[in-house]
Amino acid sequence: MNIVAVNNVSKVFRRAAGPRLMREYVRDMFRSRNDADPFYALKNVSFAIAARESVAIIGANGAGKSTLLGVIAGLANPDEGSVEVNGRIAALLELGSGFHPELTGTENVFLNASLLGFNEKQTRELLGAIVEFAELRQSMHQPIRTYSTGMIMRLAFSVAVHVDPAILIVDEVMAVGDVAFQEKCQRRIQTLREEGRTLICVTHSPGLMETCDRSIWLHHGELVMDGPSAEVVPAYVNYMAAPENGLPTATVKPVNKVRMLRTVSRARARRG
Amino acid sequence: MSVWHGDYRFLLRNLIVKDFKIRYRNMSLGVLWSLLNPLIMLAVYLFVFTRIFKPANVPHYALYILSGMITFNFFSLAWMTGTSSLLDNAGLIKRVPVPREIVPIASVLSNGLHLAIQMALLLIAVVATGLGVNIYWFWLPLIWAVGIIFIFGISLITAGLNVYLRDTRYIVESACLVAFWFTPIFYLASFVPAEYRSLYSMFPITALMMAMRSVLLDGQAPAAGLMFKFLLISLATLGLGVVLFRQMKSRFYDYL
Repeated sequence: MNIVAVNNVSKVFRRAAGPRLMREYVRDMFRSRNDADPFYALKNVSFAIAARESVAIIGANGAGKSTLLGVIAGLANPDEGSVEVNGRIAALLELGSGFHPELTGTENVFLNASLLGFNEKQTRELLGAIVEFAELRQSMHQPIRTYSTGMIMRLAFSVAVHVDPAILIVDEVMAVGDVAFQEKCQRRIQTLREEGRTLICVTHSPGLMETCDRSIWLHHGELVMDGPSAEVVPAYVNYMAAPENGLPTATVKPVNKVRMLRTVSRARARRG
Repeated sequence: MSVWHGDYRFLLRNLIVKDFKIRYRNMSLGVLWSLLNPLIMLAVYLFVFTRIFKPANVPHYALYILSGMITFNFFSLAWMTGTSSLLDNAGLIKRVPVPREIVPIASVLSNGLHLAIQMALLLIAVVATGLGVNIYWFWLPLIWAVGIIFIFGISLITAGLNVYLRDTRYIVESACLVAFWFTPIFYLASFVPAEYRSLYSMFPITALMMAMRSVLLDGQAPAAGLMFKFLLISLATLGLGVVLFRQMKSRFYDYL
């Protein structure tokens, strides 16, 4: 069964989009339309992910990886195409993004768990396991501004892997903690996969790419290659080492059309 | 964007607690410091308007001003924090698929403790003046609930607009200044010329002040017509806020 289907998704960022002040709107009124040239963060991307698959999304900086995760997680709407998701997502786009430095470790766990969709009873039950996994028993009553970066990341990762998602989306998670903790994270992800979770991750680490069954390579918002990591990762590594040799010709698997239980977001009619 | 299936009440509570703790944790006397400013303001206004500039025959004028100031303080504080809430929580909006509406609503409610303390002071002052408790006090929670519904509505609108147009919060600040003089804080609503009076009491914050004063100062239930208008306009504002917010939220990710 397919758990995520991305159908012909495009996402356009107009250069002018972003923080807007009134003077910019006024200035734009006197400008020709050509100035706001569209920039495709994603261009006509299609793929489907089956349940229990583990997929690495790879590509150079600015390839559209994070935008793609944002679209799958329902944070951003695609400008064209549609995304369909079948199951609960725990999106970990930038670990600890729901954390606040002034709150204590425990308070942050509660806030983060509620953001990821847990209720109070579930959070209380899991608090012990979360603290245990993060190895932060002594520091939970201090504001996390007193924590080191590694401690914060450990806590964030620990919350995320304990909230029982069907689909775990992780963005650069392996930058977490020291080597011992990284191995623990790898093991935990392995366990989640054995329990039948689907994993989608964005990474620059060839090691993690290869632990995923499948890799999807994006280049300037377009899908270059989609297939077994054993094929895609070497091609990607070769290209990154010598970009002058050009991109490989695309080998894209056709997207299976499937009936979905629930539609997350559909593109509305394209604007202007 | 209906990806989120969590516990709304648990999330709302955690967001309110977060806003609240962030605001007060670094103050040595916590909430007391943040109350100091409105309390000093109250004392100054009371002094000026009861000792220097005295309007003729207004019974319980000090309580009149107090109830007006408390209402206005909550309104302006809640509206302003609600307006900037999405920008203040941009990290959440861009990274977690929580229902976006909950962010401005939590911000508005996080000012509730402030209000509760000031209301407690007002009620003590009412009793101390000898006006006494009456059965109509049961109206107070209802009156405030309707007022907060109105503030939810306008905050949803301005919070959404503020994402697209960062100048919105300055417009809100100016609007608060205008509202300060167009609500009956110091002067009696009956001073307003009769031809403007029905328009004047259309503004829910004015209606809130008038309804609260009937209960506390006159010992009467608020006028049915006033309450009806108050409820209707507040619900309509909330409805409009929800509709507009739904339109605006689809592009928050791109603009934050």
